[in-house]
Amino acid sequence: MNKDEAILELKDILKIYPNGVIACNKASLKIKKGSIHAIVGENGAGKTSLMRVVSGLEIPQEGDIYYQGEKVEIKNPFESIKRGIGMVHQHFMLVQGLTVAQNLVLGMEPGKYGVLNGKEIRSMASKISEKYSIEVPIEKKVRDIPMGIRQRVEILKALLRNSKVLILDEPTSMLTPQETERLFVTIQNLKKLGKTIVFISHKLKEVKAISEVISIMRRGRIIFTGDTRKISEKEMAQLMVEKTIPKNRIVRSEEIGEEVLKVDKLKYLDEEKRLRLNCISFKLRRGEVLGIAGIDENGQEELVHILNGLIKRYAGIVKIMGKNIKDKSSREIRELGVSCIPKDKLKYGVAQDASFLDNLIVNKYYKYPFLNGLRLNKSYISQYAHRLVNSFSIEVSKLEAPVSNLSGGNIQKVILARELSKKNNLVIAYEPSQGLDIGAIEIVHNLLFRAREQRVGILLISSDLDELLELSTRILVLYNGKIVAHLNNLENISQRDISPYMLGIKEERVET
Amino acid sequence: MLKLIKYIDLIRIFIAILIGFILTIGIIYGVSEDASTTIWYFFLGPFSNISGMGNIFETATPLILTAVGTAIAFQAGLIYIGAGGAIFIGATMGTLIAIFSNAPTFIHIPFILLVALLAGAFIGYIPGYLRVKLRIHEFISSLMLNYIATFVGIYIIKYYARDMAAALLQSRELPKTAWFLRIIPGTRIHLGFILAIILSLLAYFFLYHTRWGYEIRMVGKNADFARFNGIDVNKVIVISTTLAGATAGIAGISEIMGIYHRFQWKALPCFSLEGILVVIIARNNPLLIIPVSFLIAYLKTGAQYAALIGDIPSEIVTIIISIIVFLVTAELFLEKWKQRLTFKEATKDELRS
Repeated sequence: MNKDEAILELKDILKIYPNGVIACNKASLKIKKGSIHAIVGENGAGKTSLMRVVSGLEIPQEGDIYYQGEKVEIKNPFESIKRGIGMVHQHFMLVQGLTVAQNLVLGMEPGKYGVLNGKEIRSMASKISEKYSIEVPIEKKVRDIPMGIRQRVEILKALLRNSKVLILDEPTSMLTPQETERLFVTIQNLKKLGKTIVFISHKLKEVKAISEVISIMRRGRIIFTGDTRKISEKEMAQLMVEKTIPKNRIVRSEEIGEEVLKVDKLKYLDEEKRLRLNCISFKLRRGEVLGIAGIDENGQEELVHILNGLIKRYAGIVKIMGKNIKDKSSREIRELGVSCIPKDKLKYGVAQDASFLDNLIVNKYYKYPFLNGLRLNKSYISQYAHRLVNSFSIEVSKLEAPVSNLSGGNIQKVILARELSKKNNLVIAYEPSQGLDIGAIEIVHNLLFRAREQRVGILLISSDLDELLELSTRILVLYNGKIVAHLNNLENISQRDISPYMLGIKEERVET
Repeated sequence: MLKLIKYIDLIRIFIAILIGFILTIGIIYGVSEDASTTIWYFFLGPFSNISGMGNIFETATPLILTAVGTAIAFQAGLIYIGAGGAIFIGATMGTLIAIFSNAPTFIHIPFILLVALLAGAFIGYIPGYLRVKLRIHEFISSLMLNYIATFVGIYIIKYYARDMAAALLQSRELPKTAWFLRIIPGTRIHLGFILAIILSLLAYFFLYHTRWGYEIRMVGKNADFARFNGIDVNKVIVISTTLAGATAGIAGISEIMGIYHRFQWKALPCFSLEGILVVIIARNNPLLIIPVSFLIAYLKTGAQYAALIGDIPSEIVTIIISIIVFLVTAELFLEKWKQRLTFKEATKDELRS
């Protein structure tokens, strides 16, 4: 009944989450043995959900799964691992405090009578690493190694469990361009060794570069499957989002106004006495978009927290609108006309269990007309919410429903609507388009652009060089808490010029 | 169908209560010699005469007052169980001030209430302050404070307000000017009941219609989000436990002024813990607290009838309440049913497209 070449086949998978979101709407998919199969789609299209069904993390309401030609029921992750399906999640599932080797053998530790055999653990780890020539520092703790290597650990973890099918969920979202290239080499290698790779992504360029077969998902359905070589990136994008998105390059305006942010010799030591910010200085004026490039964990988070008044024990001076923010509370800083789009949306951006309305007013509820005397003015608030729903085209079914019902892109729109619909002098955008699909990214970029037109100073902190080059007027590169490059003229600058700085290979002499 | 989904959480509470009832009937059948009479009195006894009905109101009053304050702390995401200590100290300080002062009723009562409120607020303030300054979890500090408050309270009564004529430890009687008005003749329903209703309405307004309530709710939903967006989380924590303590202080003195007219507790009164259970069943909603308190009060009254006339101990009520709490807090209780409803709903709307 099945062609023997399909290692994995999904038929009419229907997955509806308890909150009523239809993630997979009778999706069917056939994955050939030994192929590199990409699944692309907008955020919320159901790619990840479909793969979570395959790996036993979600149980579908309807539909069948065939594995190696045989109908199987995968009720939990153990069964899928046992059958040889391994999934590498977008957010890595590693124990930070354990070493690489310990993470690799987790759940299948060698040893007798409950006593671990450390030597055996290390030899298992180094054997598997050699077998697939994926290098990892097996003695180091996971928390001390960069994202790219953590991902290799995840891949090895799956291989150690004899995975035949390896599902990579947005594998490049945390990686630098160089790390991505290495990953692609690894993927090609694994293919040669007979593994099947499922590559989930919305970065079309990468999909084009690595995959052989591509499936496109839209609104829970697989709407296209075909040879990657025979479809162009533009066609992919069209299929993904139903309508074509014109990619406008933003026109740079030269008007630059007064200074909104001044950071002078900022230093910060964290609780573990690590120097997270090392004497950084910069200025930001109205109408400017200052891009801060850098790979994750190089001091960006700390900088954002300082600018928001959440970290107070720093050295140096930070002035917003000419006022020193050292003794100001978060609320007072926000009142200077500061808005912030946080990177960790679910932690800082929204209260998931609170209603859409409650999430929308967190930066205004204490002011007239949202607050009328003692009372929150509920009718004004819902009018206001309707207005934002329309102007930011947020898809909400009910204003009182919790935002946890919304998709990632819509949650980001909630945050943007809230932060940008206020009189701003400074907008801090920290990874504003991470994890969003092309359509949503375009909206985010246009909104930031519009804010700049309104003479707002924008601090764009991002690890996405495309985004930085598209939006910024100037770029600083942050590496290990230090500014290692000032790129004031971006005309002939490409990604290749910036990434050596991001990786710490290159450093310019900085004079202030 | 849409309606059903909207009220699903309420329906779940109802079903939990129903299961509690059914199990109780089962237990009575197993234990009682004359089960049908016992069951009859258990469920209908409270309605057999005016004093039975009055008893329901009297029992509900302190439950509502205790629960209202605790609901505020719970809404802020705090596991504050210090209502008992605040009740105790509110009652002792109120009693003390009532005995040692004299004024016309309309001044005396508000004055005593104020003292009890401040005493309760002080007891409530401590766990909030410790949480913020020393990162001591409020669960531990409020639990410990319950013991401290109990013994401090007994000490105060013993040395400053003891009724020397009585064999057991109890305070002297409160002057008549400090007694709560009894509203309905033939019962002991007192002013405290009206106070309880007003306070729960106020708490609802406070939580859902004022900026402070908004802040409390946001801290409870996601404290990181609240802090990042400029809400002073520490202040909110201290305010919520203080308010919880303050209303519990009122709950304590209201019992003294309304029912006993003298302080005679030797340990935390049982409504202090039951009040917390009420909040759990009512899912932290001040408006739901009123019906839930009445339900618990009704069950307790019924159990008294069943013990008096039938042959089962009144503690049976604890079993029912426990079962209800279990089922209400069990997040997966009827979850499949809920999922199926949502599933149907979603299918109807979107699968057509």
